[in-house]
Amino acid sequence: MTKIDTQPAAGNGLLDRRVFLRAGFLGGAALLTAEASAVEREPWMTGPGVGMSESGAPSSHEAHLVRGPIGSRPGTTGAGSSRSPLQYLDGIITPSRLHFERHHSGIPNIDPAAHRLTIHGLVDRPLAFSVESLVRYPTVSRIQFLECSGNSGAALASEPTQGTCAQLHGLVAASEWGGVPLSILLDEAGIKPEGKWIVADGADAAMMSRSVPLEKVMDDAIVALYQNGERLRPSNGYPMRLFLPGWEGNACVKWLRTIKVLDQPAMTRDETSKYSDLQSDGVSKLFSFPMGVKSVITSPSPGLSMHGPGIYQISGIAWSGTSKIRRVEISADGGATWADAALDEHVLPKCLTRFRSAWNWNGGPATILSRATDEDGRVQPTRAVALEGRSRAAFYHYNGIQAWRVGADGEVSNVYA
Amino acid sequence: MSTPRYQLLLVIFFGLNALADESPGLGEPVSANDLNALDVTVEPDGKGLPNGSGSAVEGAMVYQNHCFACHGKTGEDGINDRLTGGHGSLTTARPVKTLGSFWPYATTIFDYVRRAMPFQTPGTLSNDELYAVTAYLLFINDVIDEEQMMNAESLPAVSMPNRDNFVWDFIPRS
Repeated sequence: MTKIDTQPAAGNGLLDRRVFLRAGFLGGAALLTAEASAVEREPWMTGPGVGMSESGAPSSHEAHLVRGPIGSRPGTTGAGSSRSPLQYLDGIITPSRLHFERHHSGIPNIDPAAHRLTIHGLVDRPLAFSVESLVRYPTVSRIQFLECSGNSGAALASEPTQGTCAQLHGLVAASEWGGVPLSILLDEAGIKPEGKWIVADGADAAMMSRSVPLEKVMDDAIVALYQNGERLRPSNGYPMRLFLPGWEGNACVKWLRTIKVLDQPAMTRDETSKYSDLQSDGVSKLFSFPMGVKSVITSPSPGLSMHGPGIYQISGIAWSGTSKIRRVEISADGGATWADAALDEHVLPKCLTRFRSAWNWNGGPATILSRATDEDGRVQPTRAVALEGRSRAAFYHYNGIQAWRVGADGEVSNVYA
Repeated sequence: MSTPRYQLLLVIFFGLNALADESPGLGEPVSANDLNALDVTVEPDGKGLPNGSGSAVEGAMVYQNHCFACHGKTGEDGINDRLTGGHGSLTTARPVKTLGSFWPYATTIFDYVRRAMPFQTPGTLSNDELYAVTAYLLFINDVIDEEQMMNAESLPAVSMPNRDNFVWDFIPRS
């Protein structure tokens, strides 16, 4: 067994990131727990288990692995959100059943045979596309994040809101999104020279609509049909949704029904009165589309208790709406000193990146933080910097550093540091 | 399954760029009637507004019948989004974003109500009712007079109080 190198990389017990890159460390740990003798049988080994099933389900022992608190607007069902349980997840793919939701009038039950995507407005030829026909188009597939721009808005509260990682940051998820580049469909319809924007409408009861500049649409927008290998779940826009890599989730219109090419934005309700950013001087910013560089430690985090001093893994996710994650730094002493975390192998543009550090916790109170930097050189700001110039009501696009306080009792809480 | 001849012709005549992208060119032509039925977008200059008209006088009844339960008697005392008041609050510690205090375009009210309201029965209001309730919402926000008729010409001309307090964060490349 390889001896664990416990030389600190930064203050308060943060170890070198290479601790988690050495195979010997993990292999050694595995040997320690492999104690079962060849003749012993646990109760579930004494007879054949249950048979196959047409659709899988998590272990009955993972009943806690569900979407976080579901909140609906008063007097409605289906106008609200549910949150991905980040504190229980690892890796970068969010299981489809746990992908967060944000709906404005519930989830429509769409018959794919009767659904059409119609492209019209400033085009040479208005065209309608069936699901069946779109499946025949060249498909692209990318692993990318989707984040509601209202994610982490609780950080605007003057006192730290106590809640789980899901409650505080669970409006982000990553999936393998597959679909047809919207540019191909728009080229087929023929964009007139005066066309500069599209407005996308959903087939939900609210006919949710957002305007998107054509330059983004022609760059990397897709009409998504697939999520993590299967057709979209109804809660993610079945049978098709607009997907705009790195841009705020609200603009990625679900249950996509029409795309109208315009010479100006339509100034819909969501892009003016809701998803705009009110500044402290009373001026509001429209169309602040890309999500900023951001990270959060998912373990330890509130609700995941620490059990006595010793070596723990600090793990979390980092992402940027404009590029790849270049670096994530961790502090275990409230931001006084920092050390680089190890990044998992898959570091993809506009995607969640998993980071890990080893921490030799001495059992005393500690404040742990993570700070992400992307390939464009953008560095995740402190909370104070992220709030500069914002109205107290401007909770969209918050990407400040999250601090967790680990108490001597091993309980983790949300703090401002 | 056979492909209708007109689709093949479309591919031949119009599909050259698409073919270069290996596009199968499967978009089906849409009739003007079908487009009219699908197209609900109202732009800030009034493009897309339908025929019809109404004032706050008739709009008060529409509001009573369809909006009151969620938005309250006055528009600021309901269980759901507050529609009125909040004037002058945007720079305070407790900004209240309502149609009157915040929304930049009057056309957006018509567009949104036609799409999404009443919440339980969207799509049931007539064009006259939509204009009337839009007029009523503008009236209770002190933006227009009670008798002022809203229609495809007058609605885009309404000047919203907070209109000039918006800037674009997105800068187009060209």
